Amino acid sequence: MVENRPLLTVLTHLVLIVGVIVVVFPVYLAFIASTHGSGDFMRGLVPLLPGPHLIENYGKMLTEGISTAGAPPLWIMLMNSLIIAIIIAVGKIAISLLSAYAIVFFKFPFRMVAFWIIFITLMLPVEVRIIPTFAVVANLGLLNSYVGLTLPLIASATATFLFRQFFLTVPDELMEAARVDGAGPIKFFRDILLPLSRTNIAALFVILFIYGWVQYLWPLLVTTDSRYYTVVMGIKRLAATADSEPQWNFVMAAVMLAMLPPVLVVIFMQRLFVKGLVETEK
Amino acid sequence: MQTKRTTFPNKLLPYALLAPQLAVTLIFFIWPAAQAVKSSFEREDPFGFKTTFIWFENYSRLFADPGYVNSLTKTAMFAVSVTLLSMTLSLILAVAVSRVLRSNRAYTTLLVWPYAVAPVVVGILWWFMFNPTIGIAPYLMRAAGISWNHRVDGNQAMIFVIIAASWKQISYNFLFFVAGLQSVPQSLTEAAAIDGAGPFKRFWTIVFPLLSPTTFFLLIVNINYAMFDTFGIIDATTSGGPNQATNILVYKVYADGFLGLNIGSSAAQSVVLMAIVIVLTAIQFRYVERRVQY
Repeated sequence: MVENRPLLTVLTHLVLIVGVIVVVFPVYLAFIASTHGSGDFMRGLVPLLPGPHLIENYGKMLTEGISTAGAPPLWIMLMNSLIIAIIIAVGKIAISLLSAYAIVFFKFPFRMVAFWIIFITLMLPVEVRIIPTFAVVANLGLLNSYVGLTLPLIASATATFLFRQFFLTVPDELMEAARVDGAGPIKFFRDILLPLSRTNIAALFVILFIYGWVQYLWPLLVTTDSRYYTVVMGIKRLAATADSEPQWNFVMAAVMLAMLPPVLVVIFMQRLFVKGLVETEK
Repeated sequence: MQTKRTTFPNKLLPYALLAPQLAVTLIFFIWPAAQAVKSSFEREDPFGFKTTFIWFENYSRLFADPGYVNSLTKTAMFAVSVTLLSMTLSLILAVAVSRVLRSNRAYTTLLVWPYAVAPVVVGILWWFMFNPTIGIAPYLMRAAGISWNHRVDGNQAMIFVIIAASWKQISYNFLFFVAGLQSVPQSLTEAAAIDGAGPFKRFWTIVFPLLSPTTFFLLIVNINYAMFDTFGIIDATTSGGPNQATNILVYKVYADGFLGLNIGSSAAQSVVLMAIVIVLTAIQFRYVERRVQY
Protein backbone atom coordinates (compact mmCIF):
# COMPACT_ATOMS: atom_id res chain seq x y z
CA MET A 1 0.00 0.00 0.00
CA VAL A 2 1.37 3.34 -1.00
CA GLU A 3 -0.51 5.71 1.25
CA ASN A 4 -2.97 5.61 4.10
CA ARG A 5 -6.55 6.25 3.06
CA PRO A 6 -8.91 5.00 5.77
CA LEU A 7 -12.03 5.42 3.65
CA LEU A 8 -10.58 3.39 0.82
CA THR A 9 -9.49 0.70 3.27
CA VAL A 10 -13.03 0.39 4.57
CA LEU A 11 -14.30 0.17 1.00
CA THR A 12 -11.71 -2.48 0.21
CA HIS A 13 -12.85 -4.68 3.07
CA LEU A 14 -16.45 -4.11 2.11
CA VAL A 15 -15.75 -5.27 -1.45
CA LEU A 16 -13.95 -8.34 -0.17
CA ILE A 17 -16.67 -9.25 2.29
CA VAL A 18 -19.34 -8.95 -0.39
CA GLY A 19 -17.14 -11.06 -2.67
CA VAL A 20 -16.73 -13.75 -0.04
CA ILE A 21 -20.48 -13.78 0.60
CA VAL A 22 -21.21 -14.18 -3.10
CA VAL A 23 -18.73 -17.03 -3.32
CA VAL A 24 -19.79 -18.81 -0.14
CA PHE A 25 -23.55 -18.28 -0.15
CA PRO A 26 -24.56 -21.01 -2.65
CA VAL A 27 -22.65 -23.57 -0.64
CA TYR A 28 -24.04 -22.27 2.65
CA LEU A 29 -27.56 -22.76 1.29
CA ALA A 30 -26.67 -26.26 0.15
CA PHE A 31 -25.31 -27.10 3.58
CA ILE A 32 -28.43 -25.76 5.28
CA ALA A 33 -30.63 -27.74 2.93
CA SER A 34 -28.70 -30.89 3.75
CA THR A 35 -29.58 -30.59 7.44
CA HIS A 36 -33.36 -30.54 7.00
CA GLY A 37 -36.06 -33.15 6.57
CA SER A 38 -37.79 -33.73 3.23
CA GLY A 39 -40.95 -31.92 4.34
CA ASP A 40 -39.18 -28.59 4.72
CA PHE A 41 -38.98 -28.03 0.98
CA MET A 42 -42.70 -27.95 0.33
CA ARG A 43 -43.24 -24.44 1.66
CA GLY A 44 -42.59 -21.25 -0.25
CA LEU A 45 -38.94 -20.63 0.57
CA VAL A 46 -35.90 -22.73 1.28
CA PRO A 47 -34.81 -22.77 4.93
CA LEU A 48 -32.00 -20.40 5.82
CA LEU A 49 -30.98 -21.80 9.20
CA PRO A 50 -29.68 -25.27 10.05
CA GLY A 51 -32.16 -28.03 10.80
CA PRO A 52 -31.84 -31.11 13.02
CA HIS A 53 -31.41 -33.85 10.41
CA LEU A 54 -27.72 -33.49 9.59
CA ILE A 55 -26.44 -36.87 10.75
CA GLU A 56 -29.51 -38.72 9.54
CA ASN A 57 -29.27 -37.31 5.98
CA TYR A 58 -25.55 -37.82 5.56
CA GLY A 59 -25.73 -41.26 7.15
CA LYS A 60 -28.48 -42.36 4.82
CA MET A 61 -26.70 -41.07 1.72
CA LEU A 62 -23.37 -42.62 2.64
CA THR A 63 -24.64 -46.06 3.53
CA GLU A 64 -27.86 -46.57 1.57
CA GLY A 65 -28.14 -44.09 -1.25
CA ILE A 66 -31.51 -43.54 -2.86
CA SER A 67 -32.58 -46.69 -4.60
CA THR A 68 -35.60 -45.10 -6.30
CA ALA A 69 -33.30 -42.68 -8.13
CA GLY A 70 -30.98 -45.51 -9.11
CA ALA A 71 -28.20 -44.15 -6.93
CA PRO A 72 -25.95 -46.55 -5.06
CA PRO A 73 -24.65 -45.68 -1.58
CA LEU A 74 -22.46 -42.63 -1.73
CA TRP A 75 -19.40 -44.24 -0.17
CA ILE A 76 -19.06 -46.49 -3.21
CA MET A 77 -19.20 -43.50 -5.55
CA LEU A 78 -16.76 -41.56 -3.37
CA MET A 79 -14.34 -44.48 -3.45
CA ASN A 80 -14.66 -44.64 -7.24
CA SER A 81 -13.99 -40.93 -7.57
CA LEU A 82 -10.97 -41.22 -5.31
CA ILE A 83 -9.56 -44.18 -7.22
CA ILE A 84 -10.14 -42.52 -10.57
CA ALA A 85 -8.73 -39.15 -9.53
CA ILE A 86 -5.59 -40.80 -8.17
CA ILE A 87 -5.09 -43.03 -11.21
CA ILE A 88 -5.51 -40.05 -13.55
CA ALA A 89 -3.15 -37.83 -11.56
CA VAL A 90 -0.45 -40.47 -11.08
CA GLY A 91 -0.79 -41.73 -14.65
CA LYS A 92 -0.55 -38.28 -16.20
CA ILE A 93 2.48 -37.41 -14.10
CA ALA A 94 4.24 -40.69 -14.84
CA ILE A 95 3.86 -40.66 -18.61
CA SER A 96 4.58 -36.94 -18.82
CA LEU A 97 7.78 -37.25 -16.79
CA LEU A 98 8.98 -40.01 -19.09
CA SER A 99 8.16 -38.23 -22.31
CA ALA A 100 9.61 -34.91 -21.15
CA TYR A 101 12.77 -36.77 -20.16
CA ALA A 102 13.02 -38.31 -23.62
CA ILE A 103 12.48 -34.99 -25.36
CA VAL A 104 14.99 -33.02 -23.32
CA PHE A 105 17.80 -35.46 -22.64
CA PHE A 106 17.99 -37.41 -25.90
CA LYS A 107 18.54 -36.61 -29.54
CA PHE A 108 16.75 -38.95 -31.89
CA PRO A 109 14.97 -38.90 -35.24
CA PHE A 110 11.33 -37.74 -35.11
CA ARG A 111 11.81 -35.87 -31.85
CA MET A 112 9.89 -32.89 -33.22
CA VAL A 113 7.15 -35.15 -34.53
CA ALA A 114 6.69 -36.67 -31.09
CA PHE A 115 6.60 -33.23 -29.54
CA TRP A 116 3.90 -32.04 -31.93
CA ILE A 117 1.79 -35.15 -31.47
CA ILE A 118 1.77 -34.47 -27.75
CA PHE A 119 1.06 -30.79 -28.37
CA ILE A 120 -1.99 -31.65 -30.47
CA THR A 121 -3.75 -33.21 -27.47
CA LEU A 122 -4.22 -29.67 -26.18
CA MET A 123 -6.44 -29.00 -29.13
CA LEU A 124 -8.64 -32.05 -28.83
CA PRO A 125 -10.61 -31.96 -25.56
CA VAL A 126 -13.01 -34.86 -24.99
CA GLU A 127 -15.96 -32.57 -25.55
CA VAL A 128 -15.20 -32.11 -29.23
CA ARG A 129 -14.67 -35.74 -30.18
CA ILE A 130 -17.22 -37.47 -28.01
CA ILE A 131 -18.65 -40.07 -30.33
CA PRO A 132 -15.53 -41.45 -32.04
CA THR A 133 -13.69 -41.65 -28.71
CA PHE A 134 -16.60 -43.46 -27.20
CA ALA A 135 -16.55 -45.84 -30.17
CA VAL A 136 -12.85 -46.59 -29.64
CA VAL A 137 -13.36 -47.32 -25.96
CA ALA A 138 -16.40 -49.46 -26.68
CA ASN A 139 -14.54 -51.44 -29.35
CA LEU A 140 -11.71 -52.10 -26.94
CA GLY A 141 -14.26 -53.45 -24.46
CA LEU A 142 -13.36 -50.87 -21.85
CA LEU A 143 -16.85 -49.59 -21.00
CA ASN A 144 -17.64 -49.92 -17.30
CA SER A 145 -14.07 -50.33 -16.15
CA TYR A 146 -11.51 -48.21 -14.35
CA VAL A 147 -9.23 -48.51 -17.36
CA GLY A 148 -11.90 -47.08 -19.66
CA LEU A 149 -12.65 -44.30 -17.18
CA THR A 150 -9.05 -43.19 -16.82
CA LEU A 151 -6.82 -44.24 -19.72
CA PRO A 152 -8.34 -41.95 -22.39
CA LEU A 153 -7.83 -38.95 -20.10
CA ILE A 154 -4.26 -39.72 -19.17
CA ALA A 155 -2.38 -38.10 -22.05
CA SER A 156 -1.25 -34.65 -20.98
CA ALA A 157 0.43 -31.97 -22.99
CA THR A 158 0.44 -29.42 -20.16
CA ALA A 159 2.18 -31.75 -17.72
CA THR A 160 4.73 -32.70 -20.37
CA PHE A 161 5.45 -29.04 -21.12
CA LEU A 162 5.79 -28.25 -17.44
CA PHE A 163 8.37 -30.99 -16.90
CA ARG A 164 10.15 -30.10 -20.13
CA GLN A 165 10.41 -26.50 -18.97
CA PHE A 166 11.72 -27.63 -15.62
CA PHE A 167 14.23 -30.12 -17.05
CA LEU A 168 15.66 -27.38 -19.27
CA THR A 169 16.51 -25.39 -16.14
CA VAL A 170 18.42 -28.29 -14.60
CA PRO A 171 22.13 -27.40 -15.01
CA ASP A 172 23.95 -29.30 -17.77
CA GLU A 173 26.86 -29.90 -15.40
CA LEU A 174 24.69 -32.11 -13.24
CA MET A 175 24.14 -34.58 -16.01
CA GLU A 176 27.72 -34.39 -17.20
CA ALA A 177 28.98 -35.08 -13.70
CA ALA A 178 26.60 -38.00 -13.35
CA ARG A 179 27.83 -39.45 -16.63
CA VAL A 180 31.49 -39.04 -15.66
CA ASP A 181 30.68 -40.95 -12.50
CA GLY A 182 29.23 -43.70 -14.63
CA ALA A 183 25.49 -43.16 -14.21
CA GLY A 184 23.35 -44.36 -17.11
CA PRO A 185 20.17 -42.60 -18.23
CA ILE A 186 17.91 -44.62 -15.97
CA LYS A 187 20.02 -44.11 -12.88
CA PHE A 188 20.31 -40.38 -13.62
CA PHE A 189 16.54 -40.11 -14.00
CA ARG A 190 15.77 -42.04 -10.84
CA ASP A 191 18.44 -40.71 -8.52
CA ILE A 192 18.88 -37.12 -9.65
CA LEU A 193 16.05 -35.86 -11.82
CA LEU A 194 13.13 -37.33 -9.89
CA PRO A 195 14.22 -35.99 -6.48
CA LEU A 196 14.77 -32.57 -8.06
CA SER A 197 11.25 -32.57 -9.52
CA ARG A 198 9.57 -33.35 -6.22
CA THR A 199 7.89 -29.98 -5.68
CA ASN A 200 6.73 -29.78 -9.27
CA ILE A 201 5.28 -33.27 -9.04
CA ALA A 202 3.44 -32.42 -5.83
CA ALA A 203 2.01 -29.19 -7.24
CA LEU A 204 0.92 -30.94 -10.38
CA PHE A 205 -0.62 -33.76 -8.41
CA VAL A 206 -2.92 -31.31 -6.61
CA ILE A 207 -4.15 -29.81 -9.88
CA LEU A 208 -4.56 -33.15 -11.63
CA PHE A 209 -6.31 -34.75 -8.67
CA ILE A 210 -8.93 -32.01 -8.88
CA TYR A 211 -9.08 -32.42 -12.66
CA GLY A 212 -9.76 -36.13 -12.24
CA TRP A 213 -12.29 -35.66 -9.48
CA VAL A 214 -14.48 -33.17 -11.36
CA GLN A 215 -14.69 -35.19 -14.60
CA TYR A 216 -18.31 -35.47 -15.61
CA LEU A 217 -18.96 -35.99 -19.31
CA TRP A 218 -16.56 -38.88 -19.75
CA PRO A 219 -17.79 -41.00 -16.79
CA LEU A 220 -21.32 -40.22 -17.91
CA LEU A 221 -20.63 -41.76 -21.31
CA VAL A 222 -18.64 -44.85 -20.39
CA THR A 223 -20.42 -46.08 -17.28
CA THR A 224 -23.82 -47.69 -17.22
CA ASP A 225 -23.03 -50.02 -14.36
CA SER A 226 -23.72 -48.32 -11.03
CA ARG A 227 -20.68 -50.00 -9.48
CA TYR A 228 -18.51 -47.62 -11.50
CA TYR A 229 -20.43 -44.39 -10.97
CA THR A 230 -18.36 -41.48 -9.78
CA VAL A 231 -19.87 -39.17 -7.23
CA VAL A 232 -19.97 -36.17 -9.56
CA MET A 233 -22.05 -37.96 -12.18
CA GLY A 234 -24.11 -39.81 -9.55
CA ILE A 235 -25.34 -36.51 -8.16
CA LYS A 236 -26.76 -35.46 -11.49
CA ARG A 237 -28.78 -38.66 -11.51
CA LEU A 238 -30.11 -37.88 -8.04
CA ALA A 239 -31.10 -34.34 -8.93
CA ALA A 240 -32.77 -35.36 -12.17
CA THR A 241 -35.45 -37.72 -10.89
CA ALA A 242 -38.14 -37.54 -13.52
CA ASP A 243 -40.88 -34.95 -13.15
CA SER A 244 -41.05 -34.76 -9.37
CA GLU A 245 -39.09 -32.25 -7.31
CA PRO A 246 -35.83 -33.82 -6.20
CA GLN A 247 -35.40 -34.67 -2.52
CA TRP A 248 -33.30 -31.63 -1.88
CA ASN A 249 -32.04 -32.60 1.55
CA PHE A 250 -30.49 -35.80 0.22
CA VAL A 251 -29.25 -34.23 -3.01
CA MET A 252 -27.51 -31.49 -1.07
CA ALA A 253 -25.97 -33.93 1.40
CA ALA A 254 -24.49 -35.70 -1.63
CA VAL A 255 -23.38 -32.37 -3.10
CA MET A 256 -21.56 -31.44 0.09
CA LEU A 257 -19.81 -34.80 0.25
CA ALA A 258 -18.81 -34.60 -3.41
CA MET A 259 -17.34 -31.12 -2.98
CA LEU A 260 -15.50 -31.77 0.25
CA PRO A 261 -12.43 -33.79 -0.84
CA PRO A 262 -11.17 -31.52 -3.65
CA VAL A 263 -12.06 -28.35 -1.74
CA LEU A 264 -10.12 -29.58 1.29
CA VAL A 265 -7.18 -30.32 -0.98
CA VAL A 266 -7.26 -26.73 -2.25
CA ILE A 267 -7.57 -25.23 1.23
CA PHE A 268 -4.90 -27.30 2.94
CA MET A 269 -2.43 -27.38 0.08
CA GLN A 270 -3.03 -23.85 -1.06
CA ARG A 271 0.62 -23.09 -1.71
CA LEU A 272 1.12 -26.15 -3.90
CA PHE A 273 -2.23 -25.56 -5.55
CA VAL A 274 -1.39 -22.00 -6.55
CA LYS A 275 2.05 -23.04 -7.77
CA GLY A 276 0.61 -25.89 -9.80
CA LEU A 277 -2.12 -23.76 -11.32
CA VAL A 278 0.04 -20.81 -12.26
CA GLU A 279 2.82 -22.98 -13.66
CA THR A 280 0.79 -25.43 -15.72
CA GLU A 281 -0.98 -22.63 -17.49
CA LYS A 282 2.09 -20.65 -18.38
CA MET B 1 14.05 -27.11 -30.35
CA GLN B 2 16.17 -26.91 -27.25
CA THR B 3 17.91 -29.89 -25.69
CA LYS B 4 20.81 -30.30 -23.35
CA ARG B 5 24.40 -29.54 -24.35
CA THR B 6 25.20 -33.21 -24.00
CA THR B 7 22.63 -35.93 -24.41
CA PHE B 8 22.52 -39.60 -23.67
CA PRO B 9 23.63 -41.70 -26.65
CA ASN B 10 20.95 -44.40 -26.37
CA LYS B 11 19.12 -45.09 -29.61
CA LEU B 12 16.05 -47.00 -28.48
CA LEU B 13 15.46 -45.77 -24.95
CA PRO B 14 13.85 -42.43 -25.90
CA TYR B 15 11.24 -44.22 -27.99
CA ALA B 16 10.47 -46.54 -25.09
CA LEU B 17 10.10 -43.54 -22.80
CA LEU B 18 7.75 -41.81 -25.21
CA ALA B 19 5.76 -44.93 -26.03
CA PRO B 20 3.07 -44.73 -23.31
CA GLN B 21 2.24 -41.06 -23.95
CA LEU B 22 2.23 -41.50 -27.72
CA ALA B 23 0.14 -44.68 -27.55
CA VAL B 24 -2.55 -43.02 -25.46
CA THR B 25 -2.48 -39.94 -27.68
CA LEU B 26 -2.73 -41.87 -30.91
CA ILE B 27 -5.43 -44.27 -29.76
CA PHE B 28 -7.65 -41.91 -27.79
CA PHE B 29 -6.97 -38.50 -29.36
CA ILE B 30 -5.65 -38.58 -32.92
CA TRP B 31 -7.53 -41.64 -34.16
CA PRO B 32 -10.96 -40.51 -32.88
CA ALA B 33 -10.34 -37.00 -34.20
CA ALA B 34 -9.48 -38.44 -37.60
CA GLN B 35 -12.64 -40.54 -37.45
CA ALA B 36 -14.68 -37.44 -36.70
CA VAL B 37 -13.18 -35.65 -39.70
CA LYS B 38 -13.83 -38.69 -41.90
CA SER B 39 -17.44 -39.20 -40.87
CA SER B 40 -18.14 -35.49 -41.23
CA PHE B 41 -17.78 -36.07 -44.99
CA GLU B 42 -20.02 -39.12 -45.03
CA ARG B 43 -23.64 -40.06 -44.75
CA GLU B 44 -24.63 -43.28 -43.07
CA ASP B 45 -27.92 -44.90 -44.03
CA PRO B 46 -30.36 -45.39 -41.13
CA PHE B 47 -29.48 -49.06 -40.68
CA GLY B 48 -25.74 -48.50 -40.80
CA PHE B 49 -25.28 -50.79 -43.81
CA LYS B 50 -23.41 -48.41 -46.03
CA THR B 51 -21.83 -45.02 -45.92
CA THR B 52 -21.53 -42.66 -48.84
CA PHE B 53 -19.01 -39.92 -49.35
CA ILE B 54 -20.86 -36.65 -49.70
CA TRP B 55 -18.17 -33.97 -49.60
CA PHE B 56 -19.28 -30.91 -47.64
CA GLU B 57 -22.97 -31.64 -47.53
CA ASN B 58 -22.99 -32.17 -43.75
CA TYR B 59 -21.35 -28.79 -43.33
CA SER B 60 -23.56 -26.91 -45.72
CA ARG B 61 -26.61 -28.45 -44.12
CA LEU B 62 -25.22 -27.58 -40.68
CA PHE B 63 -24.75 -23.91 -41.46
CA ALA B 64 -28.11 -23.72 -43.20
CA ASP B 65 -29.77 -25.12 -40.08
CA PRO B 66 -31.30 -22.28 -38.03
CA GLY B 67 -30.85 -24.41 -34.92
CA TYR B 68 -27.11 -24.48 -35.42
CA VAL B 69 -26.82 -20.80 -36.25
CA ASN B 70 -28.84 -20.12 -33.12
CA SER B 71 -26.45 -22.27 -31.13
CA LEU B 72 -23.48 -20.37 -32.56
CA THR B 73 -24.88 -17.00 -31.57
CA LYS B 74 -25.92 -18.26 -28.13
CA THR B 75 -22.43 -19.65 -27.57
CA ALA B 76 -20.81 -16.37 -28.57
CA MET B 77 -23.13 -14.43 -26.30
CA PHE B 78 -22.57 -16.85 -23.44
CA ALA B 79 -18.78 -16.92 -23.80
CA VAL B 80 -18.42 -13.14 -24.02
CA SER B 81 -20.74 -12.51 -21.07
CA VAL B 82 -19.12 -15.11 -18.83
CA THR B 83 -15.66 -13.84 -19.68
CA LEU B 84 -16.49 -10.20 -19.02
CA LEU B 85 -18.55 -10.75 -15.89
CA SER B 86 -16.16 -13.16 -14.24
CA MET B 87 -13.01 -11.25 -15.17
CA THR B 88 -14.41 -7.93 -13.98
CA LEU B 89 -15.46 -9.32 -10.60
CA SER B 90 -12.16 -11.14 -10.14
CA LEU B 91 -10.12 -8.08 -11.03
CA ILE B 92 -12.00 -5.99 -8.47
CA LEU B 93 -11.45 -8.65 -5.81
CA ALA B 94 -7.79 -9.12 -6.71
CA VAL B 95 -7.11 -5.37 -6.52
CA ALA B 96 -8.90 -5.28 -3.16
CA VAL B 97 -6.94 -8.23 -1.79
CA SER B 98 -3.63 -6.73 -2.84
CA ARG B 99 -4.52 -3.59 -0.86
CA VAL B 100 -5.08 -5.35 2.45
CA LEU B 101 -2.04 -6.53 4.33
CA ARG B 102 -2.92 -8.66 7.32
CA SER B 103 -6.10 -10.47 6.29
CA ASN B 104 -4.77 -11.14 2.79
CA ARG B 105 -4.39 -14.90 3.22
CA ALA B 106 -7.76 -15.44 4.88
CA TYR B 107 -9.60 -13.67 2.07
CA THR B 108 -7.64 -15.55 -0.56
CA THR B 109 -8.49 -18.90 0.98
CA LEU B 110 -12.16 -17.99 1.14
CA LEU B 111 -12.16 -16.95 -2.50
CA VAL B 112 -10.20 -19.68 -4.26
CA TRP B 113 -11.89 -22.94 -3.32
CA PRO B 114 -14.66 -22.87 -5.98
CA TYR B 115 -11.95 -23.89 -8.43
CA ALA B 116 -12.30 -27.40 -7.02
CA VAL B 117 -16.08 -27.61 -7.42
CA ALA B 118 -17.18 -29.67 -10.40
CA PRO B 119 -19.14 -27.72 -13.04
CA VAL B 120 -22.12 -30.03 -12.71
CA VAL B 121 -22.18 -29.44 -8.95
CA VAL B 122 -22.02 -25.69 -9.61
CA GLY B 123 -25.06 -26.16 -11.82
CA ILE B 124 -26.97 -27.93 -9.06
CA LEU B 125 -26.03 -25.31 -6.45
CA TRP B 126 -27.33 -22.49 -8.62
CA TRP B 127 -30.34 -24.39 -9.77
CA PHE B 128 -31.30 -24.76 -6.13
CA MET B 129 -30.98 -21.00 -5.62
CA PHE B 130 -32.92 -20.12 -8.76
CA ASN B 131 -35.51 -22.86 -8.51
CA PRO B 132 -38.78 -21.14 -9.49
CA THR B 133 -40.84 -22.83 -6.78
CA ILE B 134 -38.63 -22.76 -3.69
CA GLY B 135 -35.45 -20.91 -4.69
CA ILE B 136 -34.33 -17.85 -2.80
CA ALA B 137 -33.50 -15.74 -5.86
CA PRO B 138 -36.97 -15.92 -7.45
CA TYR B 139 -38.45 -15.26 -4.00
CA LEU B 140 -36.48 -12.03 -3.66
CA MET B 141 -37.24 -11.04 -7.22
CA ARG B 142 -40.93 -11.57 -6.69
CA ALA B 143 -40.67 -9.00 -3.92
CA ALA B 144 -39.13 -6.63 -6.47
CA GLY B 145 -41.90 -7.37 -8.94
CA ILE B 146 -39.99 -9.59 -11.35
CA SER B 147 -41.41 -12.99 -12.07
CA TRP B 148 -38.62 -15.47 -12.56
CA ASN B 149 -38.99 -18.72 -14.40
CA HIS B 150 -35.99 -19.81 -16.40
CA ARG B 151 -37.80 -22.97 -17.43
CA VAL B 152 -40.02 -20.89 -19.66
CA ASP B 153 -38.19 -17.66 -20.36
CA GLY B 154 -35.19 -18.09 -22.64
CA ASN B 155 -33.50 -14.82 -21.72
CA GLN B 156 -33.78 -15.56 -18.03
CA ALA B 157 -32.33 -19.01 -18.63
CA MET B 158 -29.37 -17.44 -20.41
CA ILE B 159 -28.76 -14.94 -17.60
CA PHE B 160 -29.01 -17.79 -15.14
CA VAL B 161 -26.36 -20.00 -16.79
CA ILE B 162 -24.08 -16.99 -17.31
CA ILE B 163 -24.19 -16.22 -13.58
CA ALA B 164 -23.54 -19.83 -12.60
CA ALA B 165 -20.67 -20.25 -15.06
CA SER B 166 -19.07 -16.94 -14.03
CA TRP B 167 -19.25 -17.82 -10.35
CA LYS B 168 -17.23 -20.96 -10.93
CA GLN B 169 -14.51 -19.10 -12.82
CA ILE B 170 -14.00 -16.22 -10.35
CA SER B 171 -11.47 -18.11 -8.25
CA TYR B 172 -9.29 -18.98 -11.22
CA ASN B 173 -9.19 -15.44 -12.61
CA PHE B 174 -8.68 -14.06 -9.14
CA LEU B 175 -5.51 -16.11 -8.58
CA PHE B 176 -4.00 -15.06 -11.88
CA PHE B 177 -4.85 -11.40 -11.34
CA VAL B 178 -3.29 -11.51 -7.88
CA ALA B 179 -0.15 -13.05 -9.37
CA GLY B 180 -0.17 -10.39 -12.10
CA LEU B 181 -0.61 -7.55 -9.62
CA GLN B 182 2.36 -8.77 -7.60
CA SER B 183 4.59 -8.32 -10.61
CA VAL B 184 3.68 -4.65 -11.05
CA PRO B 185 6.68 -2.76 -9.64
CA GLN B 186 5.87 -0.98 -6.40
CA SER B 187 8.26 1.84 -7.32
CA LEU B 188 6.05 2.94 -10.21
CA THR B 189 2.92 3.31 -8.11
CA GLU B 190 4.93 5.08 -5.42
CA ALA B 191 6.37 7.52 -7.93
CA ALA B 192 2.91 8.24 -9.27
CA ALA B 193 1.61 8.78 -5.75
CA ILE B 194 4.36 11.28 -5.09
CA ASP B 195 3.41 13.07 -8.29
CA GLY B 196 -0.08 13.38 -6.89
CA ALA B 197 -2.02 10.66 -8.71
CA GLY B 198 -4.89 9.25 -6.65
CA PRO B 199 -5.58 5.53 -6.28
CA PHE B 200 -8.04 5.33 -9.19
CA LYS B 201 -5.86 7.30 -11.54
CA ARG B 202 -2.90 5.12 -10.56
CA PHE B 203 -4.89 2.00 -11.31
CA TRP B 204 -6.02 3.07 -14.76
CA THR B 205 -2.77 4.64 -15.93
CA ILE B 206 -0.19 2.30 -14.39
CA VAL B 207 -1.50 -0.93 -12.92
CA PHE B 208 -4.10 -1.85 -15.52
CA PRO B 209 -1.83 -1.34 -18.56
CA LEU B 210 0.96 -3.32 -16.90
CA LEU B 211 -1.52 -6.07 -16.19
CA SER B 212 -2.37 -6.49 -19.87
CA PRO B 213 -0.39 -9.74 -20.38
CA THR B 214 -2.40 -11.39 -17.60
CA THR B 215 -5.65 -9.91 -18.87
CA PHE B 216 -5.05 -11.11 -22.39
CA PHE B 217 -4.08 -14.58 -21.25
CA LEU B 218 -7.20 -14.82 -19.10
CA LEU B 219 -9.36 -13.57 -21.94
CA ILE B 220 -8.40 -16.58 -24.06
CA VAL B 221 -8.58 -19.05 -21.18
CA ASN B 222 -12.02 -17.81 -20.18
CA ILE B 223 -13.44 -18.01 -23.67
CA ASN B 224 -12.08 -21.53 -23.83
CA TYR B 225 -13.64 -22.34 -20.46
CA ALA B 226 -17.03 -20.91 -21.36
CA MET B 227 -17.13 -22.81 -24.63
CA PHE B 228 -15.93 -26.22 -23.51
CA ASP B 229 -15.88 -26.69 -19.74
CA THR B 230 -19.41 -25.56 -19.05
CA PHE B 231 -21.03 -28.73 -20.33
CA GLY B 232 -21.78 -29.86 -16.76
CA ILE B 233 -23.36 -26.55 -15.82
CA ILE B 234 -25.69 -26.58 -18.82
CA ASP B 235 -26.53 -30.23 -18.34
CA ALA B 236 -27.43 -29.75 -14.67
CA THR B 237 -29.43 -26.55 -15.09
CA THR B 238 -31.25 -26.07 -18.37
CA SER B 239 -30.24 -28.97 -20.65
CA GLY B 240 -30.01 -26.45 -23.46
CA GLY B 241 -33.61 -25.30 -23.04
CA PRO B 242 -36.07 -23.70 -22.93
CA ASN B 243 -36.58 -23.84 -26.67
CA GLN B 244 -32.81 -24.00 -27.45
CA ALA B 245 -32.16 -20.75 -25.59
CA THR B 246 -29.05 -22.08 -23.84
CA ASN B 247 -28.06 -24.81 -26.29
CA ILE B 248 -24.36 -23.96 -26.59
CA LEU B 249 -22.16 -25.80 -29.08
CA VAL B 250 -20.64 -28.45 -26.79
CA TYR B 251 -24.02 -29.33 -25.44
CA LYS B 252 -25.50 -29.55 -28.92
CA VAL B 253 -22.75 -31.91 -30.11
CA TYR B 254 -23.57 -34.21 -27.24
CA ALA B 255 -27.33 -33.92 -27.61
CA ASP B 256 -27.34 -34.41 -31.39
CA GLY B 257 -24.79 -37.19 -31.41
CA PHE B 258 -25.58 -39.16 -28.28
CA LEU B 259 -29.24 -38.56 -27.72
CA GLY B 260 -30.26 -37.75 -31.30
CA LEU B 261 -27.84 -40.24 -32.93
CA ASN B 262 -27.21 -38.02 -35.94
CA ILE B 263 -23.63 -39.14 -36.60
CA GLY B 264 -22.82 -37.13 -39.71
CA SER B 265 -24.06 -33.82 -38.33
CA SER B 266 -22.48 -34.42 -34.94
CA ALA B 267 -19.15 -35.22 -36.60
CA ALA B 268 -19.32 -32.01 -38.62
CA GLN B 269 -20.08 -30.11 -35.39
CA SER B 270 -17.09 -31.78 -33.73
CA VAL B 271 -14.85 -30.65 -36.55
CA VAL B 272 -16.11 -27.07 -36.25
CA LEU B 273 -15.39 -27.17 -32.51
CA MET B 274 -11.91 -28.56 -33.13
CA ALA B 275 -11.25 -25.68 -35.50
CA ILE B 276 -12.31 -23.24 -32.78
CA VAL B 277 -10.03 -24.85 -30.18
CA ILE B 278 -7.14 -24.89 -32.62
CA VAL B 279 -7.56 -21.17 -33.31
CA LEU B 280 -7.81 -20.36 -29.59
CA THR B 281 -4.77 -22.46 -28.72
CA ALA B 282 -2.79 -20.95 -31.57
CA ILE B 283 -3.63 -17.43 -30.40
CA GLN B 284 -2.72 -18.36 -26.85
CA PHE B 285 0.66 -19.78 -27.79
CA ARG B 286 1.59 -17.20 -30.38
CA TYR B 287 0.68 -14.06 -28.56
CA VAL B 288 0.76 -14.97 -24.92
CA GLU B 289 4.38 -16.06 -25.36
CA ARG B 290 5.30 -12.68 -26.78
CA ARG B 291 2.98 -10.94 -24.32
CA VAL B 292 1.00 -7.81 -24.94
CA GLN B 293 3.41 -5.24 -23.60
CA TYR B 294 3.75 -1.55 -23.28
